[in-house]
Amino acid sequence: MTAAPVFVPTPARMAPTRSGMGAALRQDSALKHCTGEARFADDMPEPAGLLHAALVLSPMAHGVLAPLDLSPARAMPGVVAVLGPGDVPGRNDISPSGKAAEKLFAEGLVEHWGQPLALVVARTRDAALAAAAALRPAIDPLPPVLDVGQALAAESLLMPPMVMTRGDWQAALAAAPVALEGEFRCGGQEHFYLEGQIAIAIPGEDGEMLLHSSTQHPTEVQHIASRVLGCDYNRVSVSCRRMGGGFGGKESNASWIGAATALAARATGLPVKLRLARRADMAATGKRHPFLFRWRAGCDAAGRLLALDATLAADGGHSLDLSGGVLMRAVTHALNACDVPAVRVTGLACKTNTVSNTAFRGFGGPQGVLLMEDVLHAASRATGRSVEALREHNFAGGPNGAVTPYGQVLEGDLIRRVWAETRTLAGWDARRADIDAFNASHPTLRRGLGSFVLAFGISFGVVAMNQAGALVNVYTDGSIRLNHGGTEMGQGLFIKVAQVVAEVFGVEVERIRITATSTDEVPNTSPTAASTGSDLNGWAAHAAARAIRARMAAAAAVLWGVPEEEIAFADGRATAGNHAMTFGELAQHCWNQRISLSATGFYKTPDLSWDPVAMKGHPFFYFSYGASVAEVLVDRLTGEHRVLRADMVQDCGRSLNPAIDLGQIEGAFVQGMGWLTCEELWWDAAGRLRTLGPSTYKIPGSRDVPPVFNVKLLENAPARAETIFRSKAVGEPPLMLATAVWNALRDATGAARLDLPATPERVLNALQARPGEG
Amino acid sequence: MSGCIEFVLNGAPRRLPPETRPGQTLLDWLRGPEAGLTGTKEGCAEGDCGACTIVAEEPDGRRTPLNACLALLGQMHGRSLRTVEGLRGADGAPHPVQRAMAEADATQCGFCTPGIVMSAWAHARPTEEDGGGAHEALAGNLCRCTGYRPILEAFSRIPEDVAPAPSPSAPSPAAPPAPAPVALPGGGRFTAGGQDFHLPENLASLLTLRAALPEAWLLAGGTDLGLRVSEHRERPPAILCLSAVPELQRLEADATGLRIGAGVTYGRLLRLVGQDAGFAPLATLLRRLGSRQIRGMGTLGGNLGTASPIGDALPPLLALGARITVASARAGERVLAADAFFTGYRRTLLAPDEVITRIDLPRPPPGAVFACEKLSKRHDQDISTLSAAFLLRIEGGTIAGARLAFGGMAATPAHAPLAEAALTGAPLADASFATAAQALARDFTPLSDWRGSAEYRAAGAAGLLRRLYWRVARPDLAMEVHAP
Repeated sequence: MTAAPVFVPTPARMAPTRSGMGAALRQDSALKHCTGEARFADDMPEPAGLLHAALVLSPMAHGVLAPLDLSPARAMPGVVAVLGPGDVPGRNDISPSGKAAEKLFAEGLVEHWGQPLALVVARTRDAALAAAAALRPAIDPLPPVLDVGQALAAESLLMPPMVMTRGDWQAALAAAPVALEGEFRCGGQEHFYLEGQIAIAIPGEDGEMLLHSSTQHPTEVQHIASRVLGCDYNRVSVSCRRMGGGFGGKESNASWIGAATALAARATGLPVKLRLARRADMAATGKRHPFLFRWRAGCDAAGRLLALDATLAADGGHSLDLSGGVLMRAVTHALNACDVPAVRVTGLACKTNTVSNTAFRGFGGPQGVLLMEDVLHAASRATGRSVEALREHNFAGGPNGAVTPYGQVLEGDLIRRVWAETRTLAGWDARRADIDAFNASHPTLRRGLGSFVLAFGISFGVVAMNQAGALVNVYTDGSIRLNHGGTEMGQGLFIKVAQVVAEVFGVEVERIRITATSTDEVPNTSPTAASTGSDLNGWAAHAAARAIRARMAAAAAVLWGVPEEEIAFADGRATAGNHAMTFGELAQHCWNQRISLSATGFYKTPDLSWDPVAMKGHPFFYFSYGASVAEVLVDRLTGEHRVLRADMVQDCGRSLNPAIDLGQIEGAFVQGMGWLTCEELWWDAAGRLRTLGPSTYKIPGSRDVPPVFNVKLLENAPARAETIFRSKAVGEPPLMLATAVWNALRDATGAARLDLPATPERVLNALQARPGEG
Repeated sequence: MSGCIEFVLNGAPRRLPPETRPGQTLLDWLRGPEAGLTGTKEGCAEGDCGACTIVAEEPDGRRTPLNACLALLGQMHGRSLRTVEGLRGADGAPHPVQRAMAEADATQCGFCTPGIVMSAWAHARPTEEDGGGAHEALAGNLCRCTGYRPILEAFSRIPEDVAPAPSPSAPSPAAPPAPAPVALPGGGRFTAGGQDFHLPENLASLLTLRAALPEAWLLAGGTDLGLRVSEHRERPPAILCLSAVPELQRLEADATGLRIGAGVTYGRLLRLVGQDAGFAPLATLLRRLGSRQIRGMGTLGGNLGTASPIGDALPPLLALGARITVASARAGERVLAADAFFTGYRRTLLAPDEVITRIDLPRPPPGAVFACEKLSKRHDQDISTLSAAFLLRIEGGTIAGARLAFGGMAATPAHAPLAEAALTGAPLADASFATAAQALARDFTPLSDWRGSAEYRAAGAAGLLRRLYWRVARPDLAMEVHAP
């Protein structure tokens, strides 16, 4: 039996006292989730005549595909339609970037196991699945490339190399007193959103198509569906009230699911639902990119890094998808919070015969920031100084350079502050001594302590994507309807944006009706991704609400004969001196005066620039900082391990909602820990993914959470950039704080190399590779 | 004669129309048009994520959480079930468990939440298996958003729910614990949609049916066969369900050991061995077998019938020298040694018309060292990479006897004869175990798969044997990373 978990009380978790900025309000649907009333796409009442679709997936990783004989499926009971590449009225093209040939259904060539070949539509889901299984694709096999190292050796790339340089790195490497080098790998990661991919398409008149899609990017679902159907964007409407988790997996992947569903509805003229079973979801949708790292570096005798030449080879899978963006973020984050004067970092997107890898929380950042950790460990072994001493010695800013190789300035004071506060929170020095004593006394177990410090750039790497829109309507009873381009996947975006609007109008957040994201209401949106949801949509909603408030203030000023700037909106009322009326009364007054109570708002992030060829510019609006310490316990006999404690400080600026931010930090840390420890994707020699469900792909469970888990939001640190109410993004950065667990495992094992995920097997190998152990 | 499936759902008796297909999953039926209860979610359809967790309310007031994705509709005949929609009070107010979860910020996307609410509701009372903390209650529920910390906080705030039924009195240390009571659903036969679901009411009927229907699915808990329905969408024409046969539900303990009916769930078995100090290592292992949801359905008899080489509970049967009783209408009963039961990969001595009825598990002798081990990528609810059970007799500093059984090292659960020989007669010293660990390499040629490479299985098995020494030599020290 296990001792009860111990938690340090968290100051952020206080009872909500007010509705506006900084209030620790709950996720808007929290109670509905708990009662089962919150409707996900598959819970919606089914429209009359609904058909069900099932994908036909490739049984082979690589080969020449003969035109698929669809007749066996057409002959099966209940089957209404079987659709292949020849049945696409528009283009058989689902490329999110529009820069690559990426097909909805394979034609001529199969490039990964689990690749969609066709779609069966039937009266029941079981009939569709049975008919899909009845098809026998004829594929002439070709040898598959399954490993990034193999692809690298063959120079099989999806796009030209991405090279970021600064200074004379070759000369600096040659001149450095201490030469270092290393190679390591990290694995991919399945998103494992609890709700699998799903879309429901309902055909309307004049070629209209309504799609209920579990998507982070309704606009892209609209675009790709329109491209496949061969129709104008204005015929396709996409709506999403909530997702059962996204994590990047419902960015580009939701788009082709939606497009396939729309195709089936167009072909049959009836509503169609496509819900992927877990195995099909894990076979056919992309994952986090595995990476192979090779690097050389030079430092002085004290461990100050002088030069670095690193290659980051990402396994992009069989097609480009979003690999360009992932690689850009990995390369720009390769130095993380450290400064190295002379650098070359080369990013390669390798092509393999696996599912096309895609966005996943951190988007290349989590892989990129691993590099310096490996360099610091090597420097520690070479110099005899601790990793932490070297980390501090090489922090950007202070006595070292503060400018990144691509030209942006890091805030050295915040880097040092999050680390100092974390070190104190963790009680580093005393615990280091305790751990050393334990390790000297136990015959089979070892403890280890590790640290990590993060500087993570916030903004989409593609400048144009840094825009957002919102639509706010005030009704004459003073109730407010809010819509914006951001989507809710559980991260609490809807409540945060509602808080922004509540703050502007000075009303309780309950007055605001949160509504489903819809391409009909706010068009041409960006995905909810890159941690930018509340930054972008918060400002857009703010602009819309401010526009209406200004009109309402003007009306009140005329009514009361006072200057507009004296009108205050607070506590559900508008006031000026002795004048007061409720917000609803003022709304009614505005209607009487024929004043519009509806407005759109728009926001674009200022001061962004990026030259993708020179790899220079100002791609990030600001940086988010964080630091962490983790302690692990390792079994030298079996490699089993456990995180005993984690301490972290995350910079959220002036938090919009500390309860939501705390939840993001804790959840991201555990998800990152899963990526780095227990979550392993395993392909067999034929290129079939064999970890296709939670019985074989192990995400963390409750017992894996550190029993002591201290999370602090950095205090008194409003964002220096002009962010919404001086808050900072929080979705992705804390995932990387789990890197401290890797470092703790390296400390416990003493291994020079520990590839990821650090499963018990890899940890045991690392222990046994150590001289004098095992 | 075909009857109707009847059960109590959210407090109201339901009699399903005779055309209801009995071999569909409970989850499909709940979410389908007839019930329309979409609060219960499908996350994986393989009994692992727990989004489909519902609770069976037992006659004694206990609550058994179940994976609705693995439970077949016919299996639910005679039971009382509750879903997340059935927790609200008569006034429509959310249940305190639902409020506690919301107030602790224990939901983000909310898709796993109904299942976690049901696990929490079950945990507020003694469950079928008794004992265990919040981690045991949550082992069968995955959350990808929160990192669990607020869920554990919500669990700590949920007040204990007083059971109306008296709990069994605490056993005296000397006497073996009383077996747990069990309620039987009553028999029946449900025929619809091309499926014939038999629920025989006694062993004689079962054996007669088995002789007549050798191709029928023999359904014990259904945690393995349910997967074929839920995930692989199979529709077997005939199912022979064991859960209403009283002879298979007997569970007895005495000074010689345990007599475990083949239909006894792991949950009930755990309740018994959890109170029995002689079997403490087995109880610890059983707490890692599946999850509470899986243990509420799965049976030792089912695992023996499936004969998976990685069945967690099988190595202890070999180490302790269990005897397996099988029966048929043709030949009556015969008793087989566990050591000889497995004949190959998923093959056993069981004849097509035979049914496993009972497992006799001898008590570890006084003074012997008994240990159960399991290596997996995740501590909770993971299928073993390898597992092991060890029984050592030690006399005056010498190992007088060693029974070492492993799962995941060969096509069947198996002894390690060379390592056993190396230990037998050797002094109780680290070096003896190191020698035995070397002999293991000649005992087994394990396979590589997604759970671990052959090399890791070999190295891990050796490590477990080395750990056995330290367990004996240093009983004062915790030897596992997950030890409390």
